[in-house]
Amino acid sequence: MRRGIVQLVALGVVIAVLLTLVALLFKWLPSSASVEFNRIQDVYWFATAIAIGIFSLVSAVVIFSVWKWRVPLDDDADGPPIHGHTGLEIVWTAVPAVLVIAIGIVSAVVLAKNGEAGSTPPLQVNVIGQQFTWKFVYPGYGNKTSGELVLPIHRQTKFTMTSVDVIHSFWVPNFGQKMDAVPGIKTTIYVTPTRLGNYQVVCAELCGLGHATMRAKARVVTQGQFVSWVKGK
Amino acid sequence: MTTAQHDHVGPQPYPEHYEPPHGPRWRLFFGPGLGRALWMTPLFFSLGMFLVVGLRWWWGWPPAFDWTVIVAIGGMVAAPVGFLTGIGAFDYWLHYISGRPTRPEDHSGHGATSWKDYFRVNTDHKVIGIQYLVTTFFFFTVGGFMAMLFRAELARPGLQFLDSQSFNGLVSVHATLMIFLFIIPAFAGIANFVVPLMLGAPDMAFPRLNALSYWLLPIAGVMFLASFVAPGGAFGAGWTGYAPLSVDGPVGNIFFNMGVQWAGASSVMTALNFLVTIITMRAPGMTFWRMPLLVWANFTTSLLVVIATPFIAGSQFFVFFDRVLHTSFFTPDGGGYVLGYQHIFWFYSHPAVYIMMLPGFGIVSEVISTMARKPIFGYRLMALSLIGILVLGFSVWAHHMFVAGMANWLRVPMMITTLLIAVPTGIKIFSWIATLWRGRIHLTTPMLFALGFVTMFTIGGLSGIYLGAVPIDIHASDTYFIVAHIHYVLFGGSVFTIFAGIYYWFPKMTGRMYDERLGKAHFWLTFVSFNATFFPMHYLGLRGMNRRVFDYPAAFGGLNFFITIASFVLGASVVVFFYNMIMSWARGPIAEGNPWRSHTLEWQVSSPPPIFNFDEIPQVVGGPYEYGVPGARHAVLAPAREVEEVPV
Repeated sequence: MRRGIVQLVALGVVIAVLLTLVALLFKWLPSSASVEFNRIQDVYWFATAIAIGIFSLVSAVVIFSVWKWRVPLDDDADGPPIHGHTGLEIVWTAVPAVLVIAIGIVSAVVLAKNGEAGSTPPLQVNVIGQQFTWKFVYPGYGNKTSGELVLPIHRQTKFTMTSVDVIHSFWVPNFGQKMDAVPGIKTTIYVTPTRLGNYQVVCAELCGLGHATMRAKARVVTQGQFVSWVKGK
Repeated sequence: MTTAQHDHVGPQPYPEHYEPPHGPRWRLFFGPGLGRALWMTPLFFSLGMFLVVGLRWWWGWPPAFDWTVIVAIGGMVAAPVGFLTGIGAFDYWLHYISGRPTRPEDHSGHGATSWKDYFRVNTDHKVIGIQYLVTTFFFFTVGGFMAMLFRAELARPGLQFLDSQSFNGLVSVHATLMIFLFIIPAFAGIANFVVPLMLGAPDMAFPRLNALSYWLLPIAGVMFLASFVAPGGAFGAGWTGYAPLSVDGPVGNIFFNMGVQWAGASSVMTALNFLVTIITMRAPGMTFWRMPLLVWANFTTSLLVVIATPFIAGSQFFVFFDRVLHTSFFTPDGGGYVLGYQHIFWFYSHPAVYIMMLPGFGIVSEVISTMARKPIFGYRLMALSLIGILVLGFSVWAHHMFVAGMANWLRVPMMITTLLIAVPTGIKIFSWIATLWRGRIHLTTPMLFALGFVTMFTIGGLSGIYLGAVPIDIHASDTYFIVAHIHYVLFGGSVFTIFAGIYYWFPKMTGRMYDERLGKAHFWLTFVSFNATFFPMHYLGLRGMNRRVFDYPAAFGGLNFFITIASFVLGASVVVFFYNMIMSWARGPIAEGNPWRSHTLEWQVSSPPPIFNFDEIPQVVGGPYEYGVPGARHAVLAPAREVEEVPV
């Protein structure tokens, strides 16, 4: 049986290594362009490590059992009458509980950080969703209104959103932050861009016939470029 | 389907079929059955229409002919009642109410001797079980075709051959059919056939109610499909039907609002029936701790159904009232609360995920224990973890709303309860693989599907942990990551267990064996194409492809094309299944009473079982999974005094 355990562990390690390669060699997440998404990616990798461990364990035991203990269909003996093992059952109740609570704590910390205003007052942008366009209003700059989202780099931005018809959802994949624009109420998120470039705002909540094409351009620019854009006509 | 019974050798348990006194030919149209339903349905529709038009005319509300209201009241309330009356679902009760003679001992509507009996109101739980399964697999096929249609559309970015309304409609109706007309009722069908047998009972507690709950189901299915001919097209607000989109959208949405009522009523009636059956009709000696885990699973599922389903019924009525009566439950203009819809909807629809999963847990426990020839590992903890999921399942609904704009303080508590559900679920997974350990594993088709389930559901559970963690969910919510997750849970989870259950009980239901080679081919084809279809969706979602879209960035084109091809193979794999089922049912080798050498009660009678299941009520003397214990038995089918209790 000792040899069997060694084989099982080896099988589990092989599966875990393969999965780790799949997790690392493909680029599963878009490159982060915000402070918030950096933090979210940390949670993602933490959860991924745990997920690889659990899946390797389960699949290794299934494959190993079938490999070792498969019998022909006409075999008519029974297996050993093992009804349970209290110690083992306590372990597989307690260990997952600890793991998920760890994920919960990490998530709660990141959630709190991502939802907290910094020491300097954030740039305010009001987002209005309407079938099937986005409108961005800059109340700090004479209510400048634009169909394109332009943000200064390294400046925390507070998005306050609402909708004039049905529910929409504001999402820039590279920012990692998402929030529904709901008629009748105001919702908020914070984004602090960290990379210059062009991105896309997409609507993530089914909002009707034009849902798939409800997109807008998002640009992250330098502070100087932002000021000249926001003051221009 | 009939040859199975005619060719069946061995004791022929069916008594002489009761034939009603034949009158002239008009009996066909006045006796209970499809003939009478054919004219009663339009009659009741007209009554509903006259009620609506008459009241509007009398009140002076123009226009008197408002087709939205006529279709809603005449078509979706009155006509179904007419259909049910016509088919005879109410006959016994109407006789009773009107003081006409009833015959409680009349079993003419019980059991099937020809295929025609499957198209009548039948009170035999075994007939109803098969009616459920054939109906649900019909809708599974229709829903699958819809999926292949919109996958074909998604093979390339931009619109190919659909327009955006029909795309949204196909996506919404696909999900609705698969949830309300396939997974939930398919489990009800399997449980209908198996649970009374497992309990040692002659039938369900309320056989007429059981027949009624089956006949509500096709009504809901026809309603969902009929929405395609509504002006403006099928309901296209997703199966979640979020207000206010579902209030403002085309009139097809009311087909969803009302169809859910019929499917929901069917579920609630069946669940009540299961609860009463399980509580009151267990054979002597069948304590709760001796019940097979499938019975435990259906007990907890039924509790979930009766507690949760009224919430979706309410939410859909409110949406319907917002549209037709111009109330404003969920529309902001009249002071309504938009997020209220989501809270009520998910208060049902999250427990609904467990309604769609717990019966599968039960099936897998039966299959793994029998096929590994070992007692289920940690039986009591397995039953208790079902209760744990039941209780926790009601405290997690708002994890569907982490980005919905609900109160911020609600996120962390909902995250913690959500993550904690991984604990009872983990107990189940670990107990199944511990049951495999040192077993004598018979790799039959049901076992392959059960093991496929254990691994695929683990992936679905783990992606659920990603989504339970609020920060990851904020990024991944409403993307293809969600689509991947729900299909790993509902296809890799629920559908695999339905297949496992169908193969496992096929010999019991039909009296014939399925073809093992075709079964294995079906499994491997499904397993590979399922993963090829849904695994890449995790990637697409995280990379930025939002869900429910007909168009997407060109960069995702290659992978979407691959997924489309894989989904066609997945569709083709179902053809292998149907071929196997139909051919084996017609001409498969005759099955023994207990081909798997299982200990549970349904296998101790002939295949198919006698009309009232047991000649004598069996005596339960031990646990259901005592494989390998010398001399252990679950039950004896002889008078109780002749046997001694077997120590467990």
